[in-house]
Amino acid sequence: MVEVTDVVCSLCGCVCDDITVEVEDNKVTKVKRGACSVGKSKLMGHNRIKSPAIRVNGELKDCSYDEAIKKAAEILAASRRPLLYGWSSTVCEADKVGVELAEELGAVIDNTASVCHGPSVLAIQDVGLPSCTLGEVKNRADVIIYWGANPAEAHANHMKRYSYVSKGFWTEEGKKAKKLVVVDVRATKTTKMADVFLQIEQGKDYLVLSALRAILYGHADVVPDEVGGVSKKDLLETAEMMKGAKFGATFFGMGVTHTGARQNNIVNAIQMTRAAHTHTKFTITPMRGHYNVAGINQVCTWETGFPFAVDLTRGYAWYNPGELSATDLLIRQECDAALVIASDPGAHFPGESIKHLAKVPVIQIDPFPNPTTEFADVVFPAAVSGVEAEGNVYRMDNIPIRLRKLIDSEYPEDEEILKRILDEVRAIKEKESN
Amino acid sequence: MGTKVNLISGRTTVQGRNLDSKLSEEYFDEVARCDLNKADMEKLGVAADESVKVKTSYGEVIVKAKEDAGTPEGIAFIPMGPWANAVVSGDTHGAGMPVYKGIDAEIEKSGDKILHVKELMQTYMS
Repeated sequence: MVEVTDVVCSLCGCVCDDITVEVEDNKVTKVKRGACSVGKSKLMGHNRIKSPAIRVNGELKDCSYDEAIKKAAEILAASRRPLLYGWSSTVCEADKVGVELAEELGAVIDNTASVCHGPSVLAIQDVGLPSCTLGEVKNRADVIIYWGANPAEAHANHMKRYSYVSKGFWTEEGKKAKKLVVVDVRATKTTKMADVFLQIEQGKDYLVLSALRAILYGHADVVPDEVGGVSKKDLLETAEMMKGAKFGATFFGMGVTHTGARQNNIVNAIQMTRAAHTHTKFTITPMRGHYNVAGINQVCTWETGFPFAVDLTRGYAWYNPGELSATDLLIRQECDAALVIASDPGAHFPGESIKHLAKVPVIQIDPFPNPTTEFADVVFPAAVSGVEAEGNVYRMDNIPIRLRKLIDSEYPEDEEILKRILDEVRAIKEKESN
Repeated sequence: MGTKVNLISGRTTVQGRNLDSKLSEEYFDEVARCDLNKADMEKLGVAADESVKVKTSYGEVIVKAKEDAGTPEGIAFIPMGPWANAVVSGDTHGAGMPVYKGIDAEIEKSGDKILHVKELMQTYMS
């Protein structure tokens, strides 16, 4: 048995890097310290896709990697409007090859941001983001706001490592010397911990943010007695708490990105942070979901100039979320083939868009069988990044962290599978041009 | 005639723990469910774990009801996943983001069977 310390978790955007595990006979046998229950589950492993497979007469039939590579490349090379989607539960090295494949094919490349924090990306492009690292939050922040987020369930170590419950350089007393504000529609495990719980009416985030902005700018007189289900008294108390912070940190989740005004909610949340700057230091950070969704946004931006929903059919990059995001492309029944990697649109896309995805040839690269596998036509099992493969990822605050390899895998890494598909696509194209 | 609710979806710990094992029974038990306030449960005449049909303009799905004191009256919460997504809207309003929260829905008591993941996916292939 070997004890491995400083293991990095490849589940959520917290990318916890202080985990200790035990490894024996090329298996992770125990997660000793550091991981939350969700991260622990990831590190301990699940049932795997056992073999590459190609769908024949409705059934997936096992085949060799060579056969699957050939079939995948044929599908993509023959496609007039391929969609390459996912990229958030793999490493940046694989994402880079993905963008190269999209360029070679003239494909649309999109990632899971388009169904989680895509609106946040749009808002940040619009008005910027007064943010900071999670380390700064840990060491400085004494007022924490979670807006439309339930970290106690979705990012279970976030409060412990970085915010409300953590102890840092200037926050050595921990939560005793901090205030926690939680804004949500439902009472959750997170709201139970809050000093102030603003229970808002569903979809009224924009109004409540506007009211807080007005109060922070000194215009409490224009705020009515109740806004979006929240009393003016509670809003005034929250604003006072924000004003009194030495260092405030707001984190927002899909409660605001999935709802009503979408990116305009986020613009308003960022502007509320700016309003707080008239009194004190305040920052705002999106609670990114997948461990490397921030990373594919980085890689896609380095390579194409844009973070998601990028069309490379013109020979140059064209960016237009709402037109080129995966859901829109599928609902318009526009793509005629798709490669899905490190994500699961079968589980996480609206049924309306899955209907088209299920009709076109789908290539799936994933360690685990999931709803997408049910209609995938070519399936590649891959090594689990962060357990069986190393590589770089970006935490939710855009800090790059290198995932560690703990055990050997019988499966190839995502990067290798993508490179082989790319080589085969190039070979087909060269043959066609001769 | 069912009860009109505002449908939202979102993460839970058990849903997260099964992100890589969505074909498991634990995932099915956690995600194919709908949290409702006690008052809405009484209005519907359903007890915990009884099936309800959730209908929207975009589809319908059978899930089991669960009473949750944290869910306000008039709100229905289905953990994010295939069952919630069977009834959410794919209209992205020009932003790329579907409507996963804030969907008008009608809920009624149902004797129908809750489809497993594989069966639910089959409905997209016909």
